Amino acid sequence: MTYWNKHYECMPREELEKLQLDRLKKTVERVYYNVPFYRQKFQEVGLVPEDIHSLDDLKKLPFTTKQELRDNYPFGMIAAPMSEIVRLHASSGTTGKPTVVAYTRSDINIWSEILARTLTCGGTTKNSVIQIAYGYGLFTGGLGIHYGAERVGASVIPISGGNTQRQLMLMEDFGTTVLACTPSYAIYLAEALEKSGRDRSKFKLKYGIFGAEPWSEKMRSRIEKSLNISAIDIYGLSEVIGPGVASECQEKKGLHIFEDHFIPEIIDPETGETLPMGEKGELVFTTITKEGFPVIRYRTRDITYLTKEPCACGRTHIRMHRVMGRTDDMLVIRGVNVFPSQIESVLLDMGETNPHYLLIVDRNGSLDELEVQVEISEAMFNDKVKGLEGLEKKIQSKILSNLGISAKIRLVEPNSIPRSEGKAKRVIDRRNI
Amino acid sequence: MIKQISLFLENKKGRLAHVCRVLGKADINIRALSIADTTDFGVLRLIVNDPRKAYDILKENGFAVSITNVLAIEVADIPGGLSCALDKLELAGVNVEYMYAFIGTTSQDALVIIRVENPETAIEYVEKAGIKVVQEDEIYSL
Repeated sequence: MTYWNKHYECMPREELEKLQLDRLKKTVERVYYNVPFYRQKFQEVGLVPEDIHSLDDLKKLPFTTKQELRDNYPFGMIAAPMSEIVRLHASSGTTGKPTVVAYTRSDINIWSEILARTLTCGGTTKNSVIQIAYGYGLFTGGLGIHYGAERVGASVIPISGGNTQRQLMLMEDFGTTVLACTPSYAIYLAEALEKSGRDRSKFKLKYGIFGAEPWSEKMRSRIEKSLNISAIDIYGLSEVIGPGVASECQEKKGLHIFEDHFIPEIIDPETGETLPMGEKGELVFTTITKEGFPVIRYRTRDITYLTKEPCACGRTHIRMHRVMGRTDDMLVIRGVNVFPSQIESVLLDMGETNPHYLLIVDRNGSLDELEVQVEISEAMFNDKVKGLEGLEKKIQSKILSNLGISAKIRLVEPNSIPRSEGKAKRVIDRRNI
Repeated sequence: MIKQISLFLENKKGRLAHVCRVLGKADINIRALSIADTTDFGVLRLIVNDPRKAYDILKENGFAVSITNVLAIEVADIPGGLSCALDKLELAGVNVEYMYAFIGTTSQDALVIIRVENPETAIEYVEKAGIKVVQEDEIYSL
């Protein structure tokens, strides 16, 4: 069995929990004294940093939500002086404003460390040639994995996403052994490879590191078979650090959460009550080593369950089941987070008071497709086809510029989208993941 | 000015039949129609005997409907008749966005419905070009 950092990854649980408590106390102190938002929230429940005596006391701390991160745009949640911040990343936002996350030099160091562990889990060594086809830029995927791969000492190809023919050319010519990208792009690459007529036996690809969108066991076996590789699932979110929060080992029986840096909890999304180990609920994270952007009990909205059962790989860290769903209606389409409310605000901006719409997500071959059905209203309607087609194009380009995703727009008759009592059904997900 | 009823139709089975059923029940007579279609939807344009009533009925039945001013012109019902009329319109600088034939006639001439950008000003040019424009009440009662 290969580990990147056996000392921490296989630390006896008692010792690990002692370390967690020590680090938790420091983090609570850090946010209390450096982030007015946290201080105020702690004061509201009458809590001071000295009240944390055990890991169980975590329950006393208030939750942090995505909305609160947004409300404190851009730098309100940063817990270190800006002079200490060496990197900023951002994720797409519902109102045009992104969620900003910040890293100190130590945070980048930690991030590289946990990604080195992740990549080692996935089969990467210093002899590997790793092709990083996650997007580089404000998105944490590309650069996060990049630093981890350099830490391992692999030869890094920072190719970023897209340009499939060039991906295949370099994969063959450079002798890529590890591919890191979204699972749907992996399938797309496999299909393109098949079509290209290139000789698979000339490729050296052995391992895949896939994440950033939901996928299934079925999809894994398809990717593994078509690319003839061993593929692991990785988990992360920029609010916590980016990729590298958790990773499968070669046992492929759940993702080890790197608990010396993040404390996971599962809560009942309705009541906020902490659920016992093994029960399914919303995943919540507290970072315990980050300086720039620590989060306290951050609600991920991802649904899963945890297990403390020892893993055959020897790692002692808690495992999470691959993400089973969401507590909100967020969709991940081609790696892009899409909330129906974002589409709604685009439609509202077009001068409509009460837009009725339906999102239909489908997977055509290996690529996700989004169709937005919009009920035409009298105000939008006119007798010219040109005008209606122009309207479709206008909605399409607004969605593209606001959400970064291209959608097919279909105008439908008034009252043709089913109305429901209470929460409207806005999404039909036909993807069979 | 002649009032044309336009309505939005999805390209789905039975939609056109539904519109006609609604109009028939309300005693509305369709005098001329055309459909412009795309892959997903169509725009149905109608000239009826009672546009106001048709508009209300269609709206009540949940259609996206609008009223547009169009012109009805007389065209000689002989080979080259339409071509001659179109040449005159072009010379007069009147741009036709779309047009379709009318079923009834006022005399021995054929009737054509034309949609132009500014019907209020265009009507003058059309008449100056020597084309006969048929009046609203005449069309509805045909």
